[in-house]
Amino acid sequence: MSDNGMTIHLKIWRQAQGATSGKFVDYTVENVLPEMSFLEMLDILNETLVQKGEEAIEFDNDCREGICGTCGMVIGGVAHGPHAGSTTCEIRMRQFKDGDTITVEPFRAKPFKLIKDLVVDRSAFDRIQQKGGFVTMNVGSAPDGNAFPIPKDHADHAMDAAACIGCGACVAACPNASASLFVSAKISQLSWLPQGEPERARRALAMIAQMDAEGFGDCSNHGECEAVCPKEISIGNIARMRREYLKGALKG
Amino acid sequence: MAENGSVAWSSVGKKVITGITGFALMGFIIAHLIGNLTLFIGPAQFNGYAHFLESILYGWFVIAFEVVMVFVFLFHMIAAITVAWTDRRQARTEGYRYAKNAGGKSRKTLSSTTMIYTGILIIFFVIGHIYLFKINPSHENLYATVSAAFSGIGFTIFTLVVMVLLGFHLRHGFWSAFQSLGWTNDKYLPLLTKLALVFAVIMAIGFFVIPVYMYFSGDSSFTMPGGH
Ligand code: SF4
Ligand code: FES
Repeated sequence: MSDNGMTIHLKIWRQAQGATSGKFVDYTVENVLPEMSFLEMLDILNETLVQKGEEAIEFDNDCREGICGTCGMVIGGVAHGPHAGSTTCEIRMRQFKDGDTITVEPFRAKPFKLIKDLVVDRSAFDRIQQKGGFVTMNVGSAPDGNAFPIPKDHADHAMDAAACIGCGACVAACPNASASLFVSAKISQLSWLPQGEPERARRALAMIAQMDAEGFGDCSNHGECEAVCPKEISIGNIARMRREYLKGALKG
Repeated sequence: MAENGSVAWSSVGKKVITGITGFALMGFIIAHLIGNLTLFIGPAQFNGYAHFLESILYGWFVIAFEVVMVFVFLFHMIAAITVAWTDRRQARTEGYRYAKNAGGKSRKTLSSTTMIYTGILIIFFVIGHIYLFKINPSHENLYATVSAAFSGIGFTIFTLVVMVLLGFHLRHGFWSAFQSLGWTNDKYLPLLTKLALVFAVIMAIGFFVIPVYMYFSGDSSFTMPGGH
């Protein structure tokens, strides 16, 4: 590493808007500081591209602190990059070595239609949510905080599942492009809470029917999703989702 | 709401079917292994055990059992093949140019990624096995058929290889069946994955020692006492 930081070689997927396929394009970024985030490194690359009159690399991002779930790419062959339990925006360049070559690809799944370069359309998740990822309550003034007694461990389980930020890395990492981890987090979260009871019997059926209709693959219990999930959602939620589904199916 | 047919044949429905039939198949191989251990007691005991099975309910038990097993196998195969083969190809039409295993908490293993191949191999083995030990042989002296089959080194080694691959299938299949039926949670999953390894090893070794034993000490000239 020179005094001016690291040299990083990148192979980034470029695909024009509306094109059916794309290709890797090689770039080299000099003077990369270890404390930079991966996205800051891409910002620098984009600035140099724009200065040269080339088109900037398109990638999704918003909060840059791991809470919004918009950033997402496959870095070095792993969704959200090499560090477990973090989003793409939380990856720091110190996790790479001077002279490394890093591939950057979009999340790939048929229901995640590629828009441009590294940006994919994840609205399939919204349509699944609209089928059952909600609770019904009266409008008006907010209900009392502790009107429903909820056991602490139930609240904890619900909170763990609610940590899902809908980033789609689970789909990207799944060998079958299954959305099971995302859908299970949403179903599981509400299944632990009394507020989720009224729609409980039909929630899993409706959300899973939509997941299948969107064209996501089926789960083979490989567990790659849990390993890449930035919020470390466990596949125990998938087991719970299946129980919810069976209960719903038997109730008819 | 979806119709009943599609509720059973949804992505989750297919997992449940694979899991239930998987449990049935695991139950079957456990019973099969225990039954086969009579080979170690002696030829007459093994033949006696075979005759006993065929005599239950005047032979109807075996027939009913076979019909059920055919359906179990078919459902297990069709559900698993659609999960692992068709749906998966349709869900990612453009693959990664460079992908790595995530490691860490992932449960992706050589055995989880080869389920479809070990499964296909096992079904062909089962068909051959049924032909060799069920359709073809003399029902009076099954012991002689078994020891004749395992008197050749080639067939014995082939069987051993298939049993190792059966172990691979069970190493993922055992805990996966629990997970598919929703019979797990974060507390028991680590235990179940360890148990899966133990179960796979026991089954593979169990079915492994039979061909080895028969190769070295089988006596294909055994005749039934009483002159069959
Ligand atoms: S389960 Fe994890 S990987 Fe999947 S969308 Fe939610 S936060 Fe992202
Ligand atoms: S930009 Fe919001 S999670 Fe990465």
